[in-house]
Amino acid sequence: MLSRVAERMYWGARYLERAENTARLVRVYDAALLDLPEEAGVGWPLLVDICGARELFDARHPKGGDRETLKFLISDADSPGSIVASLGQARENFRTTRDLCPSEAWRSVNEMYLYGRETLPRMGSGRGRHEGLSGIVQRTQQLAGLLSGTMSHGAAYNFICLGRNLERADMTTRIIDIAAATLLDTRTSASGLSNTLWMAVLKSLSGYQMYRQYVRRRIRAEDVIRFLLQDTLFPRAVAHCLAGLETSMLKLPNHEEPLRAVLKVQGIVDSQLPERVEEAALRQLMDDLQIELAGIHEQTAAAWFLPEEAP
Amino acid sequence: MKIDWSQYDPGHAWDELLSGPGRPRPHARELTRYLSSLTPNGLGRRQQAAERAIMEMGITFTVYSEGQNIDRAWPFDIIPRVIAADEWRRIEAGLKQRLSALNMFIDDIYNEQRILAAGRFPREVIETSGNFLKECMGARPAHGVWAHICGSDLVRDADGTVYVLEDNLRVPSGVSYMLENRIVTKQVFPELFANTRILPVDDYPSLLFDTLASLSPRPLDYPEVVVLTPGIYNSAYFEHAYLAQSMGAELVEGGDLVVGDDDCVYMRTIAGLERVDVIYRRVNDTFLDPEVFHADSLLGVPGLMRAWRAGNVAIANAPGAGVADDKLVYAFVPDIIRFYLDEDAILPNVPTRACINSDDRQYVLENLRELVVKPVNESGGYGMLIGPAATADEIGRFADLVKRKPRNYVAQPVLKLSTAPTFVHGRLEPRHLDLRPFSLQGAQHAVTAGGLTRVALVKGSLVVNSSQGGGSKDTWVVETGEA
Repeated sequence: MLSRVAERMYWGARYLERAENTARLVRVYDAALLDLPEEAGVGWPLLVDICGARELFDARHPKGGDRETLKFLISDADSPGSIVASLGQARENFRTTRDLCPSEAWRSVNEMYLYGRETLPRMGSGRGRHEGLSGIVQRTQQLAGLLSGTMSHGAAYNFICLGRNLERADMTTRIIDIAAATLLDTRTSASGLSNTLWMAVLKSLSGYQMYRQYVRRRIRAEDVIRFLLQDTLFPRAVAHCLAGLETSMLKLPNHEEPLRAVLKVQGIVDSQLPERVEEAALRQLMDDLQIELAGIHEQTAAAWFLPEEAP
Repeated sequence: MKIDWSQYDPGHAWDELLSGPGRPRPHARELTRYLSSLTPNGLGRRQQAAERAIMEMGITFTVYSEGQNIDRAWPFDIIPRVIAADEWRRIEAGLKQRLSALNMFIDDIYNEQRILAAGRFPREVIETSGNFLKECMGARPAHGVWAHICGSDLVRDADGTVYVLEDNLRVPSGVSYMLENRIVTKQVFPELFANTRILPVDDYPSLLFDTLASLSPRPLDYPEVVVLTPGIYNSAYFEHAYLAQSMGAELVEGGDLVVGDDDCVYMRTIAGLERVDVIYRRVNDTFLDPEVFHADSLLGVPGLMRAWRAGNVAIANAPGAGVADDKLVYAFVPDIIRFYLDEDAILPNVPTRACINSDDRQYVLENLRELVVKPVNESGGYGMLIGPAATADEIGRFADLVKRKPRNYVAQPVLKLSTAPTFVHGRLEPRHLDLRPFSLQGAQHAVTAGGLTRVALVKGSLVVNSSQGGGSKDTWVVETGEA
């Protein structure tokens, strides 16, 4: 498989995952915001932080604003992290690798892009927003199913899985990070809204039901964090994503270095979660994890994407 | 109200489906009968369904316009163009004959030059041809074949004669649209495919793969075949990706390939460098290798010509094959067929005046208003003069051009291109069209059953190029005898 093509597959999958995650986030915060009183200090700006786009957002919208935030996250094609921009990038990557994907997959990506371009800018009302975002989540899941069910699980597919799992792990750590940051704000913890917030976190990752089934405890910060980091069965938990990375890498040639990077992150996830969660320590841990996840990306690029000299 | 063929008037051109109002040709009867069971609204709904399918399948072509590349949906007309199988067999034989002779010509020109020595072809034409590459002299591609994929443009005049208008031997495009048109038509008119014996076209990718594999310098069961594209900004990128995908070949860009000190071509893969055996290139000759041609080209692969000349990689079409794809060489094709095959051409050429001959030039200058004047080195319908439609200024400008650079121009009579019913403005009207079948030659010959029909969607227009407002139709070769 060509290095260039492997890289595009990987990025195509990352952008799709990013579009889906952002759609999930906005959808759930829409619902959670209705439950949280305003003084909780949880609002749309939080999502800009989760997506790591604070600087750009402030530069473009110095006055902030809910409407501006939503547009920035959803439909602004010039905002690199917006759903529309991610879909556009995903489409471009799949378009240039359509010789390797089943043609239904390309059609599905293309259709999703057209759907997003048409639907997402009309997200003024809460109701329209919910339907539009659910449409994105549904389509990305449908595509994942299509790829899993119709594409040979060879190198190209493994690069798709790599991109997806890495992006997913990254997003999960970002969400935990921001929740912790919010809780650091005394107003929130003092007002006893911690549980509501962690419930919203679980829901944004479609993890609420699974948490209930597998953890069988009330919503408690420590348990939620442990579930989202260490659970090996829940597909959006970091440990599960890492296991997925490991499986995909083992099927690819020259996997020693990237695999080493994955094992390193696994070690951190397994051993460094303190018994009693301090918000500041938690934030530091998430920061470390994000740096190490970026390290996995670097090793991935070095092993498979960067050019080799001629014989 | 149903479709009423007595209201359809083909006028003076030859219509592919009807010989006059209400009089379908025998091979088109099944189709016209079926269409007359539909209303214009019903047809409109099917046209919309087809356009939706094209959008969703992402069938696009790229046009460069106002400084931007725009990916446009492929314009498609749902009414198929139908050809009788009996007639098609003759055309197919003519295309094979023509490609065989052209390949013998190219091989001869780059080696012994027998045809020049025999005085049967003017040496001057070769020496002044922009498509002749001296770097190819002495090369011996497998099977003596240089042009492995040929897209011929066929047109039918008012009397029903089918002419070859052009042989495209460099990087002919359009075959993916032929394949996609068939897929869309099957979705829109599934009933018709049950009742009509339409020859399939979907074996093209496997025929293409077999042709390419037969060129491999290494005797392997699974030679490494790649499609070399200039990249996503090329107007035919969709097709490059489509063909690579349907052949199961890698779609590579220049930067993916590298030539080693062993003069072999390798591609950069996730497992390191892998040897490449056959390159189906969709990059023009002079961009192939910056070591030999444009030093600043980023599309090519440094050292590729070296590897090809050493016989370590096959390139299709071979570099230099374009020497036979020059509108001036075209004028000599009947002679070329006679010289190498000792046969008469099965398919006629359009009578062509080469301005390089003083008699012809005189005639052309005196009759510019009645002629089509073409530059010998352009494709896509650019830079042409269509005499009857031209202004006095344009005529004057072309008279100048012909006088200054006679080598660069040929002239042909204006053909009344044939028409077929086309769905426009909610009704069926005749529109002019041509046909581009694709011929393959490697160890064996093959020709597509039909080809890509291109149609001028503007009333009365003869310009069928998709870059200039043309559309396309599915093309059916149907068996009319006892089933």
